[in-house]
Amino acid sequence: MSYPADLKYTKEHEWIRIDGDTGAIGITDFAQQQLGDVVYVELPEVGATITAGQVFGTIESVKAVSELFAPVTGEVVAANGDLKDRPDHVNSKPHDSWMVKVKMSTPGDGASLMDAAAYEALIAK
Amino acid sequence: MTDSVTAPLKKTPLHSSHVALGARMVPFGGWDMPVEYSGITAEHNAVRTAAGLFDVSHMGEVEIAGKGALEAVQHITSNDASKLQIGQIQYSGLTSPEGTFVDDLLVYRFGPSHFLLVINAGNIDKDWAWISTKAKEAVPDVATVNSSNRYALIAIQGPKAEEILQTQTAIGLAAIKYYWFAHGEIAAVRGTVSRTGYTGEDGFEIMIPPAMAPTVWDALLQAGKPHGLIPAGLGARDTLRLEASMRLHGSDIDDTTTVVEADLNWIVGWHKPAFLGRDVLHAQKANGTTRTLVGFEMTERAIGRRGHAVFHNGQPVGVVTSGTQTPFLKKAIGMAYLPPALKAPGTEIEIDIRGRRAKAVVVPMPFYKRPKKS
Repeated sequence: MSYPADLKYTKEHEWIRIDGDTGAIGITDFAQQQLGDVVYVELPEVGATITAGQVFGTIESVKAVSELFAPVTGEVVAANGDLKDRPDHVNSKPHDSWMVKVKMSTPGDGASLMDAAAYEALIAK
Repeated sequence: MTDSVTAPLKKTPLHSSHVALGARMVPFGGWDMPVEYSGITAEHNAVRTAAGLFDVSHMGEVEIAGKGALEAVQHITSNDASKLQIGQIQYSGLTSPEGTFVDDLLVYRFGPSHFLLVINAGNIDKDWAWISTKAKEAVPDVATVNSSNRYALIAIQGPKAEEILQTQTAIGLAAIKYYWFAHGEIAAVRGTVSRTGYTGEDGFEIMIPPAMAPTVWDALLQAGKPHGLIPAGLGARDTLRLEASMRLHGSDIDDTTTVVEADLNWIVGWHKPAFLGRDVLHAQKANGTTRTLVGFEMTERAIGRRGHAVFHNGQPVGVVTSGTQTPFLKKAIGMAYLPPALKAPGTEIEIDIRGRRAKAVVVPMPFYKRPKKS
């Protein structure tokens, strides 16, 4: 699977798709491969504030629990309820399965994150 | 996967087959083992609906033989091995004088005075030291052999297991009853086939010389393909055994938990005059224990996992020993030690999941029972 050029990436293997002052956040194909079959995603409520570099939720596969780290700081404006019933979408289409959308406190916050080429170099190590 | 590694990981004779199949390999009990090939969910469901093939060669084997072998086995294990006929197997406890589990094991009776014990991979060195000492305590000149390197072990599990295995052997599989075994050739390799497993499903475990393991593995993989058989790893093995409520040593049972606390009274030979741990187990059976292993099911969306604290009416009452979201039942289930007063099915409990109390209810075990053959 390729890593879309319109996403930015973290070293904790989250991605963010920035559109103006909002960003949609998910986990990468590499992350879902490491996790295995995802069975549960625990997300913050709409209205909650998430902070760049801090844990904002958890994701559980059959075998393991992992934390989700926020790529940017902002207020949650939407949480993807579809993942409650179809957590497996995180495995089958990781780059289309957004978890939360945030209104960024500081527009341009995500600019320093990795682009696809830099991220692919990171996971190739 | 952050375990500190002190010794190089051991490899089973099928290691290169797993790598060639694209398995994700992880350290387990000192071994480099496949945790999954196509995914835990797919592998788990293949075993419930068709068949799965497992490499369990990491398991250890210890043989006890010679005059007094039965007496030695009776001394070190909790179950009554005198009930075993030649060709029969029993599940048992390798018990300490405190009635706790040094390990759990299968006892095969190969002959009147020849037994083979199948023990857990991570416990081989400890068990071997224990067994060779304690068996001789009871019977000084009994022979004990650590034959862990002499056997590879392959498990074929699932409703299609018999049909697939039968294409590769002249042994009449239909005649092998649950927890019995027979010797013969499998894919032209001399070995032993038992109707046993750790999945709650019908199936067989095949003991063969390590050098021949790839021959048998490849033959079963090929023969099974048209029936839906796929290779399955330790991840599915763990979710399958939990659905079937089979205890895992090191999680649900260990050297601090007794056979009675683990609710495994059926593996105690209560009429045996003596064995390690007998007095403690009889006393606990008569007087009760402070905790007992129960099954639970989450009643809200959350997964109680090993180490999570259990609460009842706001008070801490126990701890989860195993827990997962099971691929086949599609429920979050687990086991926990609770005070016996809370063991009744229907009892409401709460499990502390990373600071949040999630609701669960005590349920009877096993969680999954395979459908009876028609």
